[in-house]
Amino acid sequence: MPDPRDARETVTDMPGQAAPARDEAIRVEGLRKSFGRLEVLKGVSLTAREGDVVAVIGGSGSGKSTMLRCINFLEHPSAGRIVIGGETVAMKSDGSPADRRQIERIRQSLGMVFQQFNLWTHRTILENLIEVPVHVLGVPRAEAVARAEALLARVGLAEKAQSYPAFLSGGQQQRAAIARALCMAPRAMLFDEPTSALDPELVGEVLAVIRDLAAEGRTMVLVTHEMKFAREVASHVIYLHNGVIEEEGPPDALFGNPQSDRLKQFLKSVG
Amino acid sequence: MTGFCQPHRIIMALVALALIGWSATTLRWDWVPDYAGLAALGLWRTIWLLVLSAALGLMLAIPLGLAQAAGPWWLAAPARGFCTVIRGTPLLLQLWLLYYGLGSLFPSIPWIRNSDLWPLLRHAWPYGLLTLTLSFAGYEGEVLRGAFRGVPKGQLEAARAMGMPRLTLLRRIWLPQALHRALPTLGGETVLQLKATPLVATITVVDIYAVASRVRQDTFITYEPLLLLAVIYMAITGLIVLLFRWLEGRIPSRVA
Repeated sequence: MPDPRDARETVTDMPGQAAPARDEAIRVEGLRKSFGRLEVLKGVSLTAREGDVVAVIGGSGSGKSTMLRCINFLEHPSAGRIVIGGETVAMKSDGSPADRRQIERIRQSLGMVFQQFNLWTHRTILENLIEVPVHVLGVPRAEAVARAEALLARVGLAEKAQSYPAFLSGGQQQRAAIARALCMAPRAMLFDEPTSALDPELVGEVLAVIRDLAAEGRTMVLVTHEMKFAREVASHVIYLHNGVIEEEGPPDALFGNPQSDRLKQFLKSVG
Repeated sequence: MTGFCQPHRIIMALVALALIGWSATTLRWDWVPDYAGLAALGLWRTIWLLVLSAALGLMLAIPLGLAQAAGPWWLAAPARGFCTVIRGTPLLLQLWLLYYGLGSLFPSIPWIRNSDLWPLLRHAWPYGLLTLTLSFAGYEGEVLRGAFRGVPKGQLEAARAMGMPRLTLLRRIWLPQALHRALPTLGGETVLQLKATPLVATITVVDIYAVASRVRQDTFITYEPLLLLAVIYMAITGLIVLLFRWLEGRIPSRVA
């Protein structure tokens, strides 16, 4: 597989020219989702190629988290199509996954990071990281531990390996949660408002880790309220409003020259 | 040690010593050597009845709790029914129904009399163990229903999002967290279970309580055997409390 970083640089270095087609990591087509009679997503589509950083912004209740959760089927879509790495997820007519094994395999290839971190409270940080590699994927323990320790060092938590999550700050927990997702060697990362539950002074350390991942060319879909950050790391920004994509495009265009009134208003309101 | 030797502790210890001294000098204990062997046997029976019924009961309680917390209605309904019946009737009644009811029915059924289980079914203790086990399962099934529900959704979602199969999720994440949440309650329930064991004396199982009764009948001494019995139950209770405290301390989770 070509290094995704190269592909990304090709795109930015040669704007105007047709970039060599990179593989699609995630494609969402005509996604709809209703909770009872409330339709939260009204036909949303997005594509993330290898190395893309797609940022999803929008007000609360715009459906951005729901859209992200539909990608790995934590929520079952009401209609639409989800394609991960060229593989279409088989759905029953009610949107629930038709093939449990396929869903498990696809979820293993998508690293999800939650707003509330969701580290397992009854396991140490190291155990959190190696849990799925060892007990689901069958990676030899020593190998998983070595990889986990390297990842913890990378997010600056090497000395917290033996601590329980409750003894870490929010920022540390979120960095550990990112390391846990990375431990699966995922094809793409899904971030669901990763800094929204953090005290303001802890936001920076988490964003630094995500920035680092973007810089190495990782594919990710990032739901966020951090507009400056989205503008800085994203290759593509989607503005979601009331369950539809109101506007999308490259970050500089979207933030620098918003077209729709709603986006203008939204950007003004978030400062 | 300075932490332990605080004024209130020293006073309590002195009071205890005085009580022991008083009861040793003024009460009658000459019967103790005669019954020591029987008492040891009775104590052993009490302990294994408690340990086995609590362990087996808990194993039954896990599916009972899970079925009610997350199962389809055709599993949840019978589980709820079982817990309701067990919790709604006196343990003594359950014990007698099984022992005097079922136990007296079995000998009249030829294939049971001829089965390999018959030597077991002729004893009283299997009925006692079964009743205590079912009772513990009924109560703890209810406790675990709440504990399973109480595990934060995010903990399970994190596992699901990483592609963990359902059984692995139950075994590695959901059950350990539910048990950990239920530990304080389970500790208390185990103490209650200890004090339910004397009921087996009513179906001829000679536990420590039955031994004390025997002493009273044989010697017409009333208070001394009962006092000793109280001390023994308190000592076992203390051990249970310590065990559960240790278990709780093993996972230092400040669950938010």
